[in-house]
Amino acid sequence: MQKTKYNTIAMASFALLLGMLSCKPKNAGNAVSADAAAKAYVAPGKYDEYYNFVSGGFSGQMAVYGLPSGRLLRVIPAFSVDPEKGYGYSEETKPMLNTSHGFVPWDDLHHPEMSQTNGEIDGRWVFGNANNTPRVARIDLTTFRTTEIIELPNSAGNHSSPFITENTEYVVAGTRFSVPPDNVNGDVPINTYKQNFKGTISFISVDKADGKMDIAFQIQCPGVNFDLSHAGKGKSHGWFFFSCYNTEQSNTLLEVNASQNDKDFIMAVNWKKAEEYLKAGKGRKQSVKYASNRYDEKTHTATSTIKTEVIVLDSKELKDICYMIPCPKSPHGCDIDPTGEYIVGSGKLAALIPVFSFDKMIKAIAAKDYIGDYQGIPVIKYESALYGEVKKPGLGPLHTEFDGKGNAYTSFFVSSEVVKWNIKDLKVLDRASTYYSVGHLCIPGGDSKKPSPKYLIAYNKITKDRFLPTGPELAQSAQLYDISGDKMQLILDFPTIGEPHYAQAVQADVIRKNSLKFYKLEENANKYVSKGEGTTKVVREGNKVHVYMTAIRSHFSPDNIEGIKLGDEVYFHVTNLEQDWDTPHGFAVKGAVNAELLIMPGETQTLKWVPERIGMFPMYCTDFCSALHQEMQGYVRVSPAGSNVPLTFSLGTNLPKAGPEVKK
Amino acid sequence: MPNLVPVIIKSPNLISMKKFISVCIILTVLYACGNQNGTVSNSSVTDENKTEGGNPSYDPNRGEGKFKSVEVSGKLDDVMAESGNKVYSVKCSSCHKTTEEKLVGPGWKGVTSKYSAPWIMNFITNTDEMITKDPRVQAQLEICLVRMPNQNLTDTDARQLYEFMRKNDGVK
Repeated sequence: MQKTKYNTIAMASFALLLGMLSCKPKNAGNAVSADAAAKAYVAPGKYDEYYNFVSGGFSGQMAVYGLPSGRLLRVIPAFSVDPEKGYGYSEETKPMLNTSHGFVPWDDLHHPEMSQTNGEIDGRWVFGNANNTPRVARIDLTTFRTTEIIELPNSAGNHSSPFITENTEYVVAGTRFSVPPDNVNGDVPINTYKQNFKGTISFISVDKADGKMDIAFQIQCPGVNFDLSHAGKGKSHGWFFFSCYNTEQSNTLLEVNASQNDKDFIMAVNWKKAEEYLKAGKGRKQSVKYASNRYDEKTHTATSTIKTEVIVLDSKELKDICYMIPCPKSPHGCDIDPTGEYIVGSGKLAALIPVFSFDKMIKAIAAKDYIGDYQGIPVIKYESALYGEVKKPGLGPLHTEFDGKGNAYTSFFVSSEVVKWNIKDLKVLDRASTYYSVGHLCIPGGDSKKPSPKYLIAYNKITKDRFLPTGPELAQSAQLYDISGDKMQLILDFPTIGEPHYAQAVQADVIRKNSLKFYKLEENANKYVSKGEGTTKVVREGNKVHVYMTAIRSHFSPDNIEGIKLGDEVYFHVTNLEQDWDTPHGFAVKGAVNAELLIMPGETQTLKWVPERIGMFPMYCTDFCSALHQEMQGYVRVSPAGSNVPLTFSLGTNLPKAGPEVKK
Repeated sequence: MPNLVPVIIKSPNLISMKKFISVCIILTVLYACGNQNGTVSNSSVTDENKTEGGNPSYDPNRGEGKFKSVEVSGKLDDVMAESGNKVYSVKCSSCHKTTEEKLVGPGWKGVTSKYSAPWIMNFITNTDEMITKDPRVQAQLEICLVRMPNQNLTDTDARQLYEFMRKNDGVK
């Protein structure tokens, strides 16, 4: 009771405070009203209305929440190992995290982007970017598993990614750090940035049938920082827009030095034109090294291939691919409205939001209405591409989503608020406070042609006093707003994993109906599958011992193994023989400097174990599977190197002298 | 070796006392709740009349599922039985022996004389529902305590398995 009162007072005073700070006074409706709980309530046993895919930031993973309840449904491991699921620990999944640098167990996932067909979310895949060691991941939404990861050469800090074109023709990746290209000697003085550093954007093709990714081409651009991007849609399909900052080309103290120019750029890329040049052979082949990792759903095994060549188009030589549109003060968000006409730049240090017109931009290009060039790329006159500016909207605009009803919602980091404004007349319609320091926003389908504007979610960078304290480190938070009416209404706070950056949401029906329930045993093509207990065995190949094992409620076969010797590498290939939904088994063995396996029904997964001492090693099922789960266990006997204990395995065979009380 | 409770079918209108019916309903509700946990209290499965009274549409001879009647010839179809053997070794052998010995579930020896062909094929394809509704399965669950998993057999798999069971029971 006391806490509720305190919260209400705190919230009210905060709302009041922000109201006084911003230009438009707030009314009491901005505080949490009585019906908020009912709006976010999803009764036990009932499903949520939307899936919400939220970046896990420095956790490297992607989280799946249900909306409007804010319930965490799943954490999908993408760029970081996940011992809970054996991801990055099982022999089958280790290759997923291979790179040209070797095995990288962690990354920083910033932006989920769902695949689209005709500009609408089609529910097939969700992509995520790795911001540290540049990569893009593709998650299959039938299995909710990362099924492919591709590394990006000539890049460093893949931030401007993984945004897609309206039929998922391409996923893009713009480098946040410009660096010397991979095929030249990068051992140069850092302060030769202007001569030696280049900014590369990559166009990754996505196979229409199976989603497989390949780097179709890269475009070499001036050395700047690419921040965010979005594809044109409808009339602007064929164009891609990238926000750039550090057009000052500074290599130190960017906080100050990259904030000098009054305007940076939004770079417009005519990718249809780039395709023509590519076809005409205008690209140059460049030797590089990057990993392409694919998970095969039939063998349940990932394969990592190092590729050695990309085709690079030069933005300076091939004049009509790239154009710069001046955009005030270090733009972050670069968002295209559902009609494809309006391009909203969010200069994070600006006190206004510029809205550009695609039609005007095309006219300006036709008329060569340029004010000069930036390192060989034409710079369009600001006014000639500008539709208009939203004046004094708030402080620190970051990112904009759309409701498909002519309105835009922009987040303001510095003034901690979401501002709703009308695209046509550029007037501010409503403001709602966030708690605190909002980054990205999400409206279901909010960057597609067809938003579903019932809710808006704000992803906040700072939580402070919103939840019970948990020591110095606090969960970051998401806040759910009902935007079905004219005014935004805060209805729920929920904590997130890692740091939430961008997120996407979609009506549950788009995904739910395709969700896989189990892997078919008949189709299991894992090299080490055991189809039935009759085929289980233990095979020694030199110092490698392969255990072909099965799991079913509630025993392993075999569950007694002897004849393992110190110096052996033991591979437990565990096949889950169950063929029903929600019947995973786990597998763990004492002392393994590894994780567990979590094996889905019909799947085979492999745990490598190198025993480091002699003795008796229990193994057991880690995932509660039945009333006799606690009986699901076994032993492995490890003998000294050179021991003559024969390799044997069994199930259900107690030795004669096991004890007087054992009778059959 | 588990004893199978014999099924006595009585027409519900012979015992149409109001009081008795309400007892049946209560027992059925309890019975259904017990199923959720995979365990059933002793009192709930002792009287078939009660079970039937609470669930009059359930046919304990046929079970519940898509198989109404199954065409079975007097002679064994060897090819079909051999296919059934393959399905058995992948999806069933972990828990069922072909002898009378119980492993996780009961041994299969004699199964085709205890249950009708539709009952068996319904049970192995519509497992969850049958565990919930069938008194003999309920009794079996009290012994085994592991709910039989649905192994997602196709109709053909089910028929082949049945033929394999017949072979196992000595049909030539």
